[in-house]
Amino acid sequence: MQEFLEFTLGGIAVGMIYAAIALSLVLIWRGTRVLNYSQGGMAMFTTYVAWVVIRDTGSYWAGFAVALAAGLVLGALLEVTVVRPTMGKGPLNSVIVTIGLLILLEGVAGIIYGGQYRSFPPSFSIKGLKVGSVALGISASDLFTAAAVLAAALALFLVFEYTSVGLRLRATAFAPGVTRLLGVRIGRVLTLGWALAGLFGALAGVLVTPSTFLYPNSMDSIFVLGFTAAVIGGLDSPVGGVIGGVLLGVVLSYAGGYLGSNLVLVYGLAALALVLMIRPSGLFSSTASRRV
Amino acid sequence: MAEAAALAIEDVHAGYGGVPVLNGVSISARPGTITAVLGANGAGKTTLLRTISGLVRPRQGRILVDGANLARRHPEDIARAGVAHVPEGQGVITELTVEENLRLGALCRRGGSVRSAALSDAYQRFPLLAERKRRHAGLLSGGERQILVIARALMAAPRVLLLDEPSLGLAPRMVAQVMDLVRTLRDEVGLTVLLVEQNARSALAIADCGMVLNLGTVVAADDAAVLASDVALRRHYLGF
Ligand SMILES: Nc1ncnc2c1ncn2[C@@H]1O[C@H](COP(=O)(O)OP(=O)(O)O)[C@@H](O)[C@H]1O
Ligand SMILES: [Mg+2]
Repeated sequence: MQEFLEFTLGGIAVGMIYAAIALSLVLIWRGTRVLNYSQGGMAMFTTYVAWVVIRDTGSYWAGFAVALAAGLVLGALLEVTVVRPTMGKGPLNSVIVTIGLLILLEGVAGIIYGGQYRSFPPSFSIKGLKVGSVALGISASDLFTAAAVLAAALALFLVFEYTSVGLRLRATAFAPGVTRLLGVRIGRVLTLGWALAGLFGALAGVLVTPSTFLYPNSMDSIFVLGFTAAVIGGLDSPVGGVIGGVLLGVVLSYAGGYLGSNLVLVYGLAALALVLMIRPSGLFSSTASRRV
Repeated sequence: MAEAAALAIEDVHAGYGGVPVLNGVSISARPGTITAVLGANGAGKTTLLRTISGLVRPRQGRILVDGANLARRHPEDIARAGVAHVPEGQGVITELTVEENLRLGALCRRGGSVRSAALSDAYQRFPLLAERKRRHAGLLSGGERQILVIARALMAAPRVLLLDEPSLGLAPRMVAQVMDLVRTLRDEVGLTVLLVEQNARSALAIADCGMVLNLGTVVAADDAAVLASDVALRRHYLGF
């Protein structure tokens, strides 16, 4: 029972990070039907930016804020300079472009910061919390991770549902051609989508890196798991992405805990294969839940 | 030209890839008139509307709206210049609610009060949409969707309305309603309408002028009444 509680809560905490990556992928997929393979690389890059700011200012929160801002800027910049010029020229094209971006980002990070593993500080203490004598299996840092991703997801939901910017984002995702005809400048909307994706990626990077160390490939496996979460959620449903992330986090936590092994990434890939075999469109892609 | 045209198309050539579809099309529509654009399937009617609204780039020619040349501009800019294009097959966004579809139509206008005034105007003109405003547009009937897309186009306060086969797939009673609506928009709002129709008889009944396209060229252009009484033309191109 004790173990079960630990595995569950720990799984939810990690799952929130997968959820953040999933959201960043969903944001771009919905708008452009591009699977952004460079999402992990973008997150890694902005985490280096945070690392530099924390090193130079000594303030974790300054690094945190700068990373999010850097995510926004990097996402917008990549959309305008690299993605847009190559769009609409076949789906394979965008695959190659975003994989190319990943290689580029990891290469540039290696050149600037070197390949060595660097430790990255957590938001709060990573000491396990207890209620009375019962260990919960999560720390204050985990709690902050879950709260931060939830708050960001909730903010995204409110923007989507209740603002005119959100209406533009949704309309562009569902029907870009019609939306253009109504005078909405969809180029700007797509840039905004990439910027928001950059933001969620940066959030995931800063939150997960304390437990992985920071190096140019540090986000690769997290990206695969975030991608799995997004696929579980149906790829175009933000709500599905969050649920997919938490579901995957918990399942992998049980698998890792009870089967006792270091094969979490393999379990993740198995989960991905299973979902693709049983429900290729994801668990949450009925039209009802596809609405944001 | 005696009277300045609200919409003038001069010698427009356009197509897809290297394949030409429109081969020198010219039209002149006076403000506040309905021009029926007729012709068989594949004549180039949809391509003509897509070229006017910027979805297809003309290789040659001018597209003048109130005297300003909009040829080769982006669809977003052309819409903002006052041209509303209701595409073939309607184009309601089924995942959005009726109200969201409507609000989307006014997003290119500045000012929250302008937008909410447009919304209440729409609900006043179309009570049917007011009753269904929280409903997903995907749940509307074909006729209701056609009303919705026209109402959405009006949200931008356009000068020129391009309608691509609004009667397609509608029951006869709905067709009559939509045609009535188009006529009302001309008479009350002063819209200049380009009305593409397979249903030549209904279109000519409300139109002021008409033109017949065949293989991307204009084979006839005249007052609607003249076209409707041209027996040879009817037999050849209009099918009634
Ligand atoms: N997207 C497209 N790509 C290539 N050819 C097209 C495309 N759309 C239409 N065409 C061709 O252009 C011609 C005119 O089509 P269209 O403008 O749709 O005619 P209409 O609306 O009068 O039926 C047809 O021969 C059609 O096959
Ligand atoms: Mg057509």
